[in-house]
Amino acid sequence: MDNNFKQPLSWGCPIDRVEYGKIVLAHGGGGTLMHQLIKHVFEPAFANPFLQQHHDSTILDMDGIHLAFTTDSFVVKPLFFPGGNIGKLAICGTVNDLAMAGACPMYISVGFILEEGLDIRTLQKIVDTMKYEGDCAGVSIVTGDTKVIEGKSGDGMYINTSGIGIVRQEPPPSPFQIQPGDHILINGDIGRHGLAVLSAREEIHFEPPLESDCASLGTIILAMFENNIPVHCLRDCTRGGLASALNELAQDSQLTFIIDENQVPIRDDVRGACEILGLNPFYVANEGRFIAFIPQEFVSETLQLWKDLEPESIPKDIGVVVDNRNTPVILKNTIGIEVSLPMLSGEQLPRIC
Amino acid sequence: MKYIDEYRNPAITQQIINEIKHTVTRTWNIMEICGGQTHAILRFGIDLALSPEINLIHGPGCPVCVTSVQKIDQAIYIAQQPNTILCSFGDMLRVPGSQTSLLSVRGRGCSVQTVYSPLDTIRIAVQNPNKEVVFFAVGFETTAPANAMAVKKAKELSLKNVSLLCAQVLVPPAMVALLSDPYCQIHGFLSAGHVCTVMGYHEYEPIAETYKTPIVVTGFEPVDLLLGIKKCVQLLEQGKYEVQNAYPRAVKREGNIPAQRLIHEVFQPCDQHWRGLGVIPNSGLKLRPEYAEYDAETKFDLSKNEGLEHVSICIAGEILQGKKKPIECPAFAKQCTPENPLGAPMVSNEGACSAYYQYTRHNNAQQ
Amino acid sequence: MCLAIPGKIISIDHSDPTLRMAKVQFGGVIKEISLALTPEACEGMYVLVHAGLAINIVDEDEAKMILAEFENVDVSESEG
Repeated sequence: MDNNFKQPLSWGCPIDRVEYGKIVLAHGGGGTLMHQLIKHVFEPAFANPFLQQHHDSTILDMDGIHLAFTTDSFVVKPLFFPGGNIGKLAICGTVNDLAMAGACPMYISVGFILEEGLDIRTLQKIVDTMKYEGDCAGVSIVTGDTKVIEGKSGDGMYINTSGIGIVRQEPPPSPFQIQPGDHILINGDIGRHGLAVLSAREEIHFEPPLESDCASLGTIILAMFENNIPVHCLRDCTRGGLASALNELAQDSQLTFIIDENQVPIRDDVRGACEILGLNPFYVANEGRFIAFIPQEFVSETLQLWKDLEPESIPKDIGVVVDNRNTPVILKNTIGIEVSLPMLSGEQLPRIC
Repeated sequence: MKYIDEYRNPAITQQIINEIKHTVTRTWNIMEICGGQTHAILRFGIDLALSPEINLIHGPGCPVCVTSVQKIDQAIYIAQQPNTILCSFGDMLRVPGSQTSLLSVRGRGCSVQTVYSPLDTIRIAVQNPNKEVVFFAVGFETTAPANAMAVKKAKELSLKNVSLLCAQVLVPPAMVALLSDPYCQIHGFLSAGHVCTVMGYHEYEPIAETYKTPIVVTGFEPVDLLLGIKKCVQLLEQGKYEVQNAYPRAVKREGNIPAQRLIHEVFQPCDQHWRGLGVIPNSGLKLRPEYAEYDAETKFDLSKNEGLEHVSICIAGEILQGKKKPIECPAFAKQCTPENPLGAPMVSNEGACSAYYQYTRHNNAQQ
Repeated sequence: MCLAIPGKIISIDHSDPTLRMAKVQFGGVIKEISLALTPEACEGMYVLVHAGLAINIVDEDEAKMILAEFENVDVSESEG
């Protein structure tokens, strides 16, 4: 296999022998390794202009009708966590990817890969959740597939969902629509989902338990289009957190984003858990949070619209887009100093140092 | 959060930065020992805000960086054994040994459990009576009492299926090793505040006196770090070589006596290999003979895990000794990145190279 | 290894005298922490917690003294 990754020059240090030329877990982490894989393996192989859209969904022109088309796979463990399960993630994740492209989500396919030994009642619970979430989001599950593989532990399940929807804004929101002067808005507090899954997986107990923010975002996004708010770009802040979403878009748009850390909403429970575990909430995954790039004159109206639709939420204007300053994302931190907010290479792990 | 937010006050931090500016008259090389302090300095951009005369050097206070390859290989070997659960702090999961890492072997089905506390190992052992549960006990003196308490509790419960793989290190011998180097360029130290919370700071007084180097006990929030740097600069400018405490809300000269008693009850000093620095005598802790039944080295045959280190272009040793900054390494951000690390300081989030890479000075990036 | 965070003791469980577990509040969450190394810690006190154990009681007087030096610093000028 052609390997375009940088090779280390050293020939003796034991560190060098780590997994070069092999997939490691971090390749699925949403950080730089995953992006390298996409850039060096998938894009060259599949090479077509659709992939260059670099967005959560791809926009297809079907005889003048713009459709958004997306796919995603879900491998979360444990299958159930406070605030949701893998089925909820699968439906909301694909609905949200369509919404981020400016589309009204309509139809979803579901592919199950089930490990031999999985309890059918577990499967039933998850499937029931998917039906419920699909109904809430206004989507129909119209086709599917099932495969069974040999199981290691008998509790494994992996889901792939693909979805299509009709684009509701022309031009559709995309990284290439972002302009200097745009404000960056977020629809609520960050860090809940990643902590919920981490706590459940690693059995780190908090009171009250931290719950995922997993939710469909179709309604709130479509409301912006219905109110004629010009949306330049949307991105949900999933794996890799807010920081990864910001970095991806800054790279694609070739602009710089300046973020005010004091404006980024973080709940007290997330704050406390992050401090104890040594995690930076900017890198913790969310499943119900997105950022929107909106012209300055529409900021107040957008925030009010979001607040009206979700009164419990804390939407905020967290930053602004400026011309390229060589650093993709600059964070004005809580002590007033500007530092770089980079992409991480893999998933954050709890630390004690 | 109380006792955190007040120490992230922007006006107070700016005040102290200005006070340091008005105090300093020449270049001073100040080393912060603890990886957590390195992380905080770079996360908050403190090095960006300080006068250019203050040269902060990032020391070997990151157990992730300094834990020997051999110990990591041993932990991986244990994780690969049947009916075994290897428990570890999250910090250690990504650090590569000779061939692979704990995270990778976990991905291939080995039982590796991240824990927040060594006491979680006891709970896991009780829940899994038919498995051998081994805790990878890394850390400085701050963590030693927690590691000791896990062993003590295991003995109290007469658990037979739990053990420790000890890889603990001590700060003062490392400091002495750095200061004894004839090429040492360090003028003053910021001592690791939470290590001193446990051990006190009296053992640093003879070091300060012998090597004519001021040592300031320093915390981790921006105000604490800047107060520590300010005190260190004041001492240097006055030509004073003493130990001062810039973290009094968390540190007393005598430290935490019950914690020290517990450490001495369970552990004894031993020679320890520091990755990148070599063997430093009496710089580690191992279980006392009366706790030998809880020593993973007696339960497993670990003799085959040589974990040899080899020479390469990685200058981890010079980074950890503070002789060079990450940016002076020819491989930094080129062949060596967090995705393709050549040395341990780039693997760990606390390592000088990784922390520097993550918080690359955007002012430098503009050049 | 130095990550230690201050938390407020909410309640103490006396059932295990070796570990002396307590519910300690950090921001909006509570975690069970051992007070074995801080025998004088009581409900309402703040302790510094590392790896599941409290390693000291925060000296509130010393904390106040350090900050008192900066009472005249104008916090409002730091905004923006």
